[in-house]
Amino acid sequence: MNDMRLIERAVDMDDIKISARDVQVYYGDNHAIKDVNVDIQDKTVTAFIGPSGCGKSTFLRCLNRMNDTIDICRVEGDIHLDGEDINDKRVDPVQLRAKVGMVFQKPNPFPKSIYDNAAYGPKIHGMAKNKAELDEIVERALRRGAIWDEVKDRLDAPGTGLSGGQQQRLCIARAVATEPEVLLMDEPCSALDPIATAQVEELIDELRQNYSVVIVTHSMQQAARVSQKTAFFHLGNLVEYDETGKIFTNPEDERTESYITGRIG
Amino acid sequence: MTDATAHTTPEPGSKSSILTVDPHTAKRHAAEGRFKIYGIIAICIGLFFLAALLIAIVSNGTRAFTQTRVVLEIPLVAAEIEAAEAYIVKTSKYNDLVGEALTGAMSDAGIETEMEPKELLMMLSGSAGANFRNFVLENPDAVGGSHQFEFLASSRVDGYLKGRVTREALVDDKNLDAAHLDLVDQMREAGLVERSFNWDFIFGADASESRPEAAGIGVSMLGSFFMMLVVLAFALPIGIAASIYLEEFAPQNRFTDLIEVNIANLAAVPSIVFGILGLAVFIQVMHLPQSAPLVGGLTLTLMTLPTIVISTRASLKSVPPSIRDAALGVGASKMQAVFHHVLPLAMPGILTGTIIGLAQALGETAPLLLIGMVGFIASNPPDGLASGFLDPNSAMPAQIYEWAKRADPAYYERAWGGIIILLLFLMTMNIIAILLRRKFERRW
Amino acid sequence: MPTLWIALFALVLSVVGYALGRRRAMVSADGDIRNLHSRPNYYGVNAALTGLVPAFLVLALWTLGQPLFLQNSVSGMISDAQIEETGSLGLVMSDVRRVADGLDQAVAEGAMDAETAGNVRIDLTDVRARLGEVGVALGSAVSQETLRAAQAYRAQSSFGDLLKTIVVLGIALAGISYAVMRTNATFRARNVVESGVRWLLIAAASIAILTTVGIFLSLIFNTVEFFRLYPAGDFFFGTTWQPSFTGRGGSSQLGVLPLLWGTFYISLIALAVAVPIGLFSAIYLSEYASPRVRSVAKPLLEVLAGIPTIVYGLFALLTVGPLLLRVFGDDTVGWMQGGTAVMTAGLVMGIMLIPFVSSLSDDIINAVPQAMRDGSLGLGATHSETVRQVILPAALPGIVGAILLAASRAIGETMIVVLGAGAAARLSLNPFDAMTTVTAKIVSQLTGDSDFSSPEALVAFALGMTLFVITLGLNVLALYIVRKYREQYE
Repeated sequence: MNDMRLIERAVDMDDIKISARDVQVYYGDNHAIKDVNVDIQDKTVTAFIGPSGCGKSTFLRCLNRMNDTIDICRVEGDIHLDGEDINDKRVDPVQLRAKVGMVFQKPNPFPKSIYDNAAYGPKIHGMAKNKAELDEIVERALRRGAIWDEVKDRLDAPGTGLSGGQQQRLCIARAVATEPEVLLMDEPCSALDPIATAQVEELIDELRQNYSVVIVTHSMQQAARVSQKTAFFHLGNLVEYDETGKIFTNPEDERTESYITGRIG
Repeated sequence: MTDATAHTTPEPGSKSSILTVDPHTAKRHAAEGRFKIYGIIAICIGLFFLAALLIAIVSNGTRAFTQTRVVLEIPLVAAEIEAAEAYIVKTSKYNDLVGEALTGAMSDAGIETEMEPKELLMMLSGSAGANFRNFVLENPDAVGGSHQFEFLASSRVDGYLKGRVTREALVDDKNLDAAHLDLVDQMREAGLVERSFNWDFIFGADASESRPEAAGIGVSMLGSFFMMLVVLAFALPIGIAASIYLEEFAPQNRFTDLIEVNIANLAAVPSIVFGILGLAVFIQVMHLPQSAPLVGGLTLTLMTLPTIVISTRASLKSVPPSIRDAALGVGASKMQAVFHHVLPLAMPGILTGTIIGLAQALGETAPLLLIGMVGFIASNPPDGLASGFLDPNSAMPAQIYEWAKRADPAYYERAWGGIIILLLFLMTMNIIAILLRRKFERRW
Repeated sequence: MPTLWIALFALVLSVVGYALGRRRAMVSADGDIRNLHSRPNYYGVNAALTGLVPAFLVLALWTLGQPLFLQNSVSGMISDAQIEETGSLGLVMSDVRRVADGLDQAVAEGAMDAETAGNVRIDLTDVRARLGEVGVALGSAVSQETLRAAQAYRAQSSFGDLLKTIVVLGIALAGISYAVMRTNATFRARNVVESGVRWLLIAAASIAILTTVGIFLSLIFNTVEFFRLYPAGDFFFGTTWQPSFTGRGGSSQLGVLPLLWGTFYISLIALAVAVPIGLFSAIYLSEYASPRVRSVAKPLLEVLAGIPTIVYGLFALLTVGPLLLRVFGDDTVGWMQGGTAVMTAGLVMGIMLIPFVSSLSDDIINAVPQAMRDGSLGLGATHSETVRQVILPAALPGIVGAILLAASRAIGETMIVVLGAGAAARLSLNPFDAMTTVTAKIVSQLTGDSDFSSPEALVAFALGMTLFVITLGLNVLALYIVRKYREQYE
């Protein structure tokens, strides 16, 4: 397993998956995100860091239009996925979200069996022709979620009965089962203990092989460990966006430096 | 595991555009639309039922608020009246007098008929003679002159003018003939018949089964009123006391749990069971008078208590703990903190809940049937407080039930009319509750 | 109403006690309230409550207990032969009470003087006729034995009332004087009053338990009495319901099964109407409707819940019944014979239950955490897929609980079935037949009857017991499920 971690970090660094231009988000009268411009590359882990309430999660939710579900939330600006505007009238958020999957802060397995949790996405998107194919997809997803070995004997057990770390990996498996192209992760480790966190981080690194991963995190160490690119948000502004190494060793903006060194946050 | 991951890595889904909707997704959206439509249909059905109910009530009930009367000028001849008073069944003689007057009035108006006065009298309510006599007895001075009477028309005539009774329907009817209706048409043209607002329905008493035109809901309204007084006098203090104990003082123990479970269950016990309880405890054991508003009120109190306790506890709970802490902090006892600070702050919420509980009790019928508040004619309004609480009476919903049982379309009309009045009361109470809540709603 | 007067008098005493207690405290503190342990009002309230509470307690217990006591002491005077003749002790006793009341009334109206009433004899006076004059109707001629018992009943009851007055007022006085004696500046009146008030609060809270106990006792005693007169096996397993109206047992067949079937059938139809409509409304209102639509539609639907059941009963009897008859009656398919039918009652009851199901389900659907919705939507599920495959399964236990509560409502509903379902007890599968239910029969067996000694009247209590047990079971189960469900997401 260790060899997987050593895969070099620069693959297809120029292939831009998502590009956001002048994104503004308002919650009612509150201007939550201001003029954010960012390009997210394919097969890369991009980390969003910043103090609580800086808007990083809000921005993440713009990327697959999850903010549509909040009545008072209004998004302006252009976000392009593979060159297509995701806020275009013709875009079906359902199809968009199938391509841009999401994992949430708190593990939220459905109150169903482990199997049904993993099979949920493929079923609704009609990805399997028959039961055997579905079984295969579920197994593949659970393996990629690095949870297969722990649950293969009790696929019929309820997903809510797993431990926190297992639940979160199940949720990741559930998200990758639909074969998304981008995986958004909103503080996926904040509810987990250190061991589970390590497992999930390992997983993120593996996922990078096939997906563009965007992860929001509170922990700077985590950003440093898993990401290749890092964006620093502060008070709704994107302050700095660069190679992870550069952000952590040689930030350009003094706010970034203050945050990295623990003076604000 | 490494192997598995490496081998099964697929190409991420084909690079379909998100700008075009693929057929599978289109199908799913169709399902989405259908699902949404089911929801809209469900709500529309619910609202349709509501509308149907209201339309049925209004269209059937408003007719009870007007009443057809026959206007007759009757000379009060002393000799005739003395003769009638000498008779054993006095009202029948008076009836004859009314009949003569009617015949006279009709020939005056140029209406020709071969009917006997007795037959003509079928167009009037059976109470006409009694009304005549009562007037004479109350106004002895008027004898010698004449007086203009407005007699209630019989329910068939009333129904005919309201469009409820048709000539075909009278074929087998022994109370009125189709020929009468022709007369009624002519009398209406002659101005002998008029239709006016029916105050007697709102303030009057129930009448016997054969005289629906004279029945009113007023007395049973008083019965309901006295019952509500009883409910208010018992349910409010007991409900508040119980809620204060449970919310502020009760320790976490078995006894408290027992009370809570009991209250939750009582709130869902069928109302008729409370009727059985009232019958057994208040009448069988305590020998309180049957059919008395006091018994009805006590029974409804037991039924309403859980509702009031539940809403009172909710309003006590909504007073933030900081208020209690502040009072305790300046040296008030727990009891003082509750009675001086928490209770006044919770009062609007408590009153709202109480009014809603009262409204519920006001509309409740089933328990009243068991403690005997139906099946008799509440003919006189109670005189005085004690009689109001203890004399047999009916209540609005019980009176409506009674009318519905009498299987006479004229009484059905009264029942619908009674429902309009009952609903007006309930609506008023609910609006008061809503206004109270609006006015005193506090956000902490 | 002597009891009321006693209560009022005790109340007046307590007001006097309040004034005395307060004044004594002020005097012992030399008129300076700073010398008092508690505020002066507490001393007054202490005196008032110490007298009033025990007095009221004794008054209530005495008023409840006296009839029972009299019943026992007087029933000893009734011979077995008399009981045999009349049918049961209960009937004889109700005669005794009626005669006693009649004598009271005769005395009150001056038709008899008190002495005559006390020793009037059956062979010298026609008691029935004399009582008839003052408006007390007796069904049969009064036997000497009954009359004697009635006179004894009167004598003991008036003695009891006198004793009650003395005892209650004595207690009130004693309590007040004790409290006033104890009053001085250092007396901790507030603490005493507060612990007293606390007990009052506990007593008020205990009324919930008392009510349940009262329901249980009033059902169980009369039910046991019924099963003494009518075999329990025939009641629970009999398939015929045919009470004889002549009373006095023997010819009645009182099998509960047809009633249970009617109840069950009507409830089933009601749920078949209310559950889909209520559930879909709740889903639409909580998941799809805009705040404006929600703020209009939700209260409008809830209006249906605020309408009294008598209105629904009338609606069933006069609107829905005739309408159904026109559609399914003899003129068309001939399935329906009359307006009152299982279908009529079930349909209208279903309408009544719509808001019940919808607002309960609404609460329950809203209790499903937002994370579930996000999780599903984040995977690209449509809203309806999320509702059907994630939210509803998650909310299922709660919804089942809500449906059980609705079922218990339907089973216990009275007015709609009394007016809309018909009176004939029958076991039939045709939903357009008239059938009857447990609640409707409770009403018809108990209305207008004040004697609870024939099996035909007592059966109502057995029916009530059956109803109570079924609904209680459903409620307990439903509340348990709903509580478990809420705990899961808290």
